[in-house]
Amino acid sequence: MINLEIPKKFVPLVGQAHQVAEEVFRPISRKYDAGEHEYPKELDMLAALIDGMNEGSGSGAGAAGVRRTDNGDGGVRNGSNMSTVLGIIELCWGDVGLLLSMPRQGLGNSAIASVANDEQLERFRGKWAAMAITEPEAGSDSAAIRTTAVLDEATGEYVLNGEKIYVTSGERADLVVVWATLDRSVGRAAIKSFVVERSNPGLKLDRLEHKLGIRASDTAAFILDDCRVPKENLLGSPEVDTRKGFAGVMQTFDNTRPLVAGMAVGLTRACLELTERLLREAGVEVDYDKPASSQSAAAAEYLAMEADYEAARLLTLEAAWMADNSKPNSLQASMAKAKAGRTCVDVALRCVRLCGSLGFGEELLLEKWARDAKILDLFEGTQQIQLLIIARQLLGKSSAELK
Amino acid sequence: MSMAERSMGLGLRALGRLAGSDVVDRLGVRKPAERILYRATRDGFKAAGAAGRTFKSVNGGAKAKRLPSTTGTGLFDLTPTEEQQMLQESFRAFGAEQLRPNALRADTATQAPEEILRAGGELGLTMLGVPSELGGAVDERSSVTAVLAAEALAHGDMGLAVALLAPAGVAAALALWGDGDQQATYLPAFVEAETPAAASVAIQEPRALFDPFALQTTARRERDDFVLDGVKSLVPLAESAELLIVAARLEGHGPVLFLVESSTSGLLVKANPGMGVRAAATGDVLLEGVRLPARALLGDGDPAVYAQAVRRARLAWCALACGTARAVLDYVIPHVNERVAFGEPISNRQSVAFTVSDIALELEGMRLATLRAAARLDAGKDAAREVAIARTLCSEKGAWIGSNGVQLLGGHGYVKEHPVERWYRDLRAVGVCEGALLV
Repeated sequence: MINLEIPKKFVPLVGQAHQVAEEVFRPISRKYDAGEHEYPKELDMLAALIDGMNEGSGSGAGAAGVRRTDNGDGGVRNGSNMSTVLGIIELCWGDVGLLLSMPRQGLGNSAIASVANDEQLERFRGKWAAMAITEPEAGSDSAAIRTTAVLDEATGEYVLNGEKIYVTSGERADLVVVWATLDRSVGRAAIKSFVVERSNPGLKLDRLEHKLGIRASDTAAFILDDCRVPKENLLGSPEVDTRKGFAGVMQTFDNTRPLVAGMAVGLTRACLELTERLLREAGVEVDYDKPASSQSAAAAEYLAMEADYEAARLLTLEAAWMADNSKPNSLQASMAKAKAGRTCVDVALRCVRLCGSLGFGEELLLEKWARDAKILDLFEGTQQIQLLIIARQLLGKSSAELK
Repeated sequence: MSMAERSMGLGLRALGRLAGSDVVDRLGVRKPAERILYRATRDGFKAAGAAGRTFKSVNGGAKAKRLPSTTGTGLFDLTPTEEQQMLQESFRAFGAEQLRPNALRADTATQAPEEILRAGGELGLTMLGVPSELGGAVDERSSVTAVLAAEALAHGDMGLAVALLAPAGVAAALALWGDGDQQATYLPAFVEAETPAAASVAIQEPRALFDPFALQTTARRERDDFVLDGVKSLVPLAESAELLIVAARLEGHGPVLFLVESSTSGLLVKANPGMGVRAAATGDVLLEGVRLPARALLGDGDPAVYAQAVRRARLAWCALACGTARAVLDYVIPHVNERVAFGEPISNRQSVAFTVSDIALELEGMRLATLRAAARLDAGKDAAREVAIARTLCSEKGAWIGSNGVQLLGGHGYVKEHPVERWYRDLRAVGVCEGALLV
């Protein structure tokens, strides 16, 4: 039966996550925005707490795995995809950079949780995993990556060589999930992901980036120099199957895009709530029954922003709900990511304008959120990549036809 | 013939018919009728044409029947019930086989073909919001069902969907807010009759920045009666309506709804088609000293009932927008894939393909927001915010989708050989219309 309200069973989880956002993240938000590359040590305690929550409820408040399991009874399921996204929305209402810095909640963890086999899951349990896809010459076209992986039959190891940039939590994580190609001539089908220990001497930290926003989160660049990885660390099948193509690695995105959309939704709500308060103090109240055209321009703008926010939020929940119910959601995941990504940037920048110097100044967090927002329309697939994915599906186009 | 001449013609024809009618003398209304007709001739107004049905008023005894709130598992779920899926499929098929092929003709004629209205009666559209114990088809509140129905029909054609669903809205309003006598008096004409009574909800008034909570149509008490004055616009089926739910500002109280039989003295109608939803035969309703008995007041004049009616009407328009916007998406996809320019399908270009993506994702957002608001109404929850959000999305993104439907077809989109120019016009109605129908 159609219902788009958050189920009661997730209310405690949302409440907990909100408390963390309000009492742990918000008070240190500005501190780690100013002190880029400082380690937010306040998060260690929190991470332990969240591990406990995950053990207890089986549904994480952070970027835990989003694994697809069959749901035997055939009934509707509200599972870990939804609870995870709900947790992320709340935490990013607090601070996106700090969420990304949460120990053991990296995108690499999502990848492992989504595609690892049982043995790997066990072996990497409790580790913090970053994700290394982008290269200086390959951003959105991840199929063009040049990092190579060559199997050394003698030792049973893959030898990785190349350069990786924009690795979130790359310095702090225990593991880095590295995308590399087994055979550049084959194209995307040969791209596999490898779990590399951060302590591996072949994985060399080159530098940490200085960024527009999410400065609490460290963004690393690595050189892979004859980096030897046990072959058991390859995620998914080692076979190069040209028919299945990118399926293995790309499947991760179907599960993680709604999570990134959730980040954007949380940040958007933070902007709207603060703006609503400041507008009210300025004498503007939004009336939901009165036509927008008959209200003040600020109220009308607020209504328009809130509508986009709600569309983004519902698209995000839809994509997560589909994942929980084993429905193919690649289209909806990209729609959610595209809508939430564009909305959070648009809303944040408009809120700054509406709030004037209060929005622009560093005393409040609005200006920081406006800077943080932009990454959410970039990473995990830019706006344009999402539109490409959506269009190819709807129009039945290959990537050769619709470039 | 110019518009003014045509209006004059209509007025004179009405005069001729009324002047010769015994009813005028029998009711002793010749004087007021003549006065009204003088003015009607001038403005093109006339008495409502639907002399057909009379409503036999029931007084006392009947107890109102109400639909209970829906109770679900409380889980987030986007799956319609089996019953809803069946309805969706049959309405979608009806839309494709009956509405779409007749849409252009009805748009031009500014009225729905008789056989379509009859077929709508057979589909039982007016029974969807009415409890089964009152002859309806449902046992729980079903705004979601009404939304799915409106969406499916508007995929066929929005104008015809409005013509078919306006009476359903009146029936639903009676089920929601009518007292026992009102239900007993009026509902049979919607659930038992072969062709349901022509009816609609008249809230809109003709002025810029119209706000349904600041009405200029007034109602004043005179002893036990109410007397209404004012003008309503964009009223579907205005000329053929047998029953209207009219919004008026009750002096010393606020906006309320009245059940007004269109044969009531002082009520005049005039066709006034707009740029879109022309098949709904929209028109103006002039109320000049319309005297109504106390029992005509709907929902005890409760301000909450009025707010609900406004919100439910807005939601109905959202549902229609979702259906028509989907029609746009379904139409442009094959077109951009087949249309070749510069040696390849135009859909190979990002500027074209991304527009299709944007249509799809904005439409999905509109739809989810609409469903959320409807599900909240069914669960008996407050939905003011959710309806406002759905309306904002459906009004702005809906019109944007209509515009881009035409854009993607280029010059072909501008001519009536393709339906996208009609959808462009129809989708603009969504942000404009208040009332007319409700879910």
